[in-house]
Amino acid sequence: MTSSHLSRRHVLMGALGLGITVEFMATRALADSEGARASRRFVVIICRGGLDGLSLSPPVGDRAYAGLRGAIALPGFGQAGGALELDETFGLHPAMEATHALALKGEARIAPAVATPDRERSHFEAQDVLESGAAVVYGTSSGWLNRALTAMGPAGAVKAISMGPTAPLILRGPIEAASWSPGGGAQIDHRLPGILADLYAGDPLLGPALASGMATQAMARIAQSDVNRADAAKADAPADPAGMTGAGTRGTALNARAGRPLARKLGATLASFMTQPGGQHVAAVSIDGFDSHANQLGLINTRLTYVDAFIDGLSSGLGDAWSNTVVVMATEFGRTAHANGTGGTDHGTASTALVLGGAIKKGGIIGDWPTLAAAKLFENRDTAPTLDMRGLFKGVLRDHMGVERAALDTVVFPGSANVAPTAGLIA
Amino acid sequence: MTVDRDLQAAIAVTRLGLGARAGEIAAAKADPQGWLSAQIRESGADQPSPGGPGAAKRFGEFRDYQMQRRDAKQDGDAKSDAVKALARDLRDEAGADFLDRARLATNTDAGFRERWALFWANHFTVSAAKPAAAGLIGPFEREAIRPHVFGRFEDILAASSRHPAMLIYLDQARSIGPDSMASAFQARSGKHAGLNENLAREIMELHTVGVDGGYTQADVTEFARAMTGWSIGLPNDVLDRAGQFVFRPRAHEPGARTILGIRYGDDGAGQARAVMRDLAANPHTARHLSTKIARHFVADDPPASLVARLERSWLGSDGRLDVVARTLISAPETWEPAAVKFKTPYDFLVSSWRAAGTVPDDITAIAPIMTAMGQKPFSAPSPKGWAEETGVWCAPDAVIKRMDWSEAFAARAIGDRDPAQLAREALGARLSPLASKTIARAETRAEGLSILLMSPEFQRR
Repeated sequence: MTSSHLSRRHVLMGALGLGITVEFMATRALADSEGARASRRFVVIICRGGLDGLSLSPPVGDRAYAGLRGAIALPGFGQAGGALELDETFGLHPAMEATHALALKGEARIAPAVATPDRERSHFEAQDVLESGAAVVYGTSSGWLNRALTAMGPAGAVKAISMGPTAPLILRGPIEAASWSPGGGAQIDHRLPGILADLYAGDPLLGPALASGMATQAMARIAQSDVNRADAAKADAPADPAGMTGAGTRGTALNARAGRPLARKLGATLASFMTQPGGQHVAAVSIDGFDSHANQLGLINTRLTYVDAFIDGLSSGLGDAWSNTVVVMATEFGRTAHANGTGGTDHGTASTALVLGGAIKKGGIIGDWPTLAAAKLFENRDTAPTLDMRGLFKGVLRDHMGVERAALDTVVFPGSANVAPTAGLIA
Repeated sequence: MTVDRDLQAAIAVTRLGLGARAGEIAAAKADPQGWLSAQIRESGADQPSPGGPGAAKRFGEFRDYQMQRRDAKQDGDAKSDAVKALARDLRDEAGADFLDRARLATNTDAGFRERWALFWANHFTVSAAKPAAAGLIGPFEREAIRPHVFGRFEDILAASSRHPAMLIYLDQARSIGPDSMASAFQARSGKHAGLNENLAREIMELHTVGVDGGYTQADVTEFARAMTGWSIGLPNDVLDRAGQFVFRPRAHEPGARTILGIRYGDDGAGQARAVMRDLAANPHTARHLSTKIARHFVADDPPASLVARLERSWLGSDGRLDVVARTLISAPETWEPAAVKFKTPYDFLVSSWRAAGTVPDDITAIAPIMTAMGQKPFSAPSPKGWAEETGVWCAPDAVIKRMDWSEAFAARAIGDRDPAQLAREALGARLSPLASKTIARAETRAEGLSILLMSPEFQRR
């Protein structure tokens, strides 16, 4: 059911009652907005394991930061291995070079104290809440991004894809989403896919999954030739089709330990999917391995290098479409403000979300910074949340993807009428 | 029971076992429940590599590798041939452990016993996502899991929690009480050392009472304090406990602890052990594990009546896992004719090998396809282990990867055998007329086998 669809029809019917001129205007307005909406793109990157926000966007200007972090504090602006400056308080982790370049253009912003409604510090519960969009764990078994698709138009109007071999909760639900990871070699001209399509005719799971998988394989072939062509044009990147079929994925998410070229290539491949005719305009990417209980300096550097390369590949690969794109990168929770006894950090509460894209509005940090002053820490240990993650997503869905408030409050994020969409994110 | 005996036999072997080898469904037909319960035995599960190296040896090897790498780094050649060779040896050993396990799963006549063991290994996940743990997973399963899978839950909990693999994977080995002697000593030398609450949290959240178990952050932290001192012997251990569990009194946080409302006096290593005893006996644990068992063996969303049955059995037997296994076997809900569990990649590969009568012999052939299908060997993405839900594994991309693999595997494996016969042996009464007809119409024998492996009933159990 699509509430926005219903209410559009409602507008039209009301306009008919008022006379032909108004109806014409309403139709025009509708056509315009649909035209604009049809070009918009939205990517959600989930960093699993609890990404340390104080490493992603270190508040090196916060008076309490260095003391709390001790040996794992990042050096200040301009120092060797230091944070890349965003403003007088915040920088980005030194591995986030491409993202920093976007920030300097006003195309990347941070929300430094954002959290889901969950406060339990459990990975699995918090990821469930982050992806299901419910206010409580196990509130619903489908993902909010899937339900948002139904609110963006009739089924199939906006297509979605997840990168990785398994389906993340955020995109599971009534609308069949595509999925892709490197390494597939299914040949369209083989007999087996056709035979199985017949065999699966009555199978509600395997039938749609096979059809979607085959369609994505066809797109992937185009994407890989796009990426290789782009690579060939670049002196510094090897034109290596084999690189696409290497060990690109591990576990349930993309492998953050793979190198920068591979990550960049995956980002560019997603960009190609999203710009092909009939391609997916909504995507979910999940990157795991951020649970940094011990020796976190190296671990976080490796993973953020991967993230940054992926973002770089995606933003450059989208080309002109980047100006119509918003990317939100979020994690299930942040980590303790203080370093623990083993060179890492334990499960915390608020973390940093990144909001990127050519479609975002220039500006400073999103939401308030509570500071790391002892009295301000949540339960004396974590960055205190000042912004509800759902508000951030609602702001992008409303102002960028045109999802109506009523649908956001009840269908996409059930029971969230009291959480206002964050305003001012979209140019 | 209304389900006919042929279908019961097929369900016993394919849903509760690891998939049928030729003749297996026929063998189970006389008494499907008896065929399953005969696999339960006090001594636990089978051992993939009996007499294989223990955790202590592997721990030592990893320490050597770390030392050599550090030395090589100081010499300015971090990627020296010697270091690379050591890294390769470690990888090969973990790969051999996985291959041994896959071969056991493929060859065993006791498929239920092995599935039950794999369930517990996944429940107490140790993952190679942390490289230091990779070589310890094989020993962990051999030493801490397999001997205990038909014993008391409390024992498998204790064995897994004190095993070096778990102590490393969840960062317990270096957790130090903030007011302990060790902490004071470290502080004098300018080092900061302290508490790490990772294992304590996951024992409560994942291994015992579950996320709805009624505990708070304060309980987690208190438990973490109680666990301080649980560690691993270093190579120079005077009592020759290198690579084994040790309790370090000097790292233990002094004092009594209160966890879930119960006060635990400070008696060193016994303090955390007492907490575990109470967690094992907690009714939330019975509910959590009963739900998880029902979800793994029967349905993602299991019937409440089955969960209640297992829970009664658990509470009535003080968590005797053999008793709970018998309850699962005798429960009518277990024998529901419709197969709704979608096989994980490992289940799919093992059942394919069993159906085709081949035995895997090369880890380098297995690892890439497992990875591509989303289940890299020994590398669960988090301490929660591998997912159960159909929605996770039945993604479009994963179905394509299964199809690709089936096509290539069938071409190698089929020989001059009749795929229709293999289908009857693999699925028995679960084989549908449509799949049967489609296999019969296949253009080649290999195509027939790949259709069998990709059929809806073979993909499910």
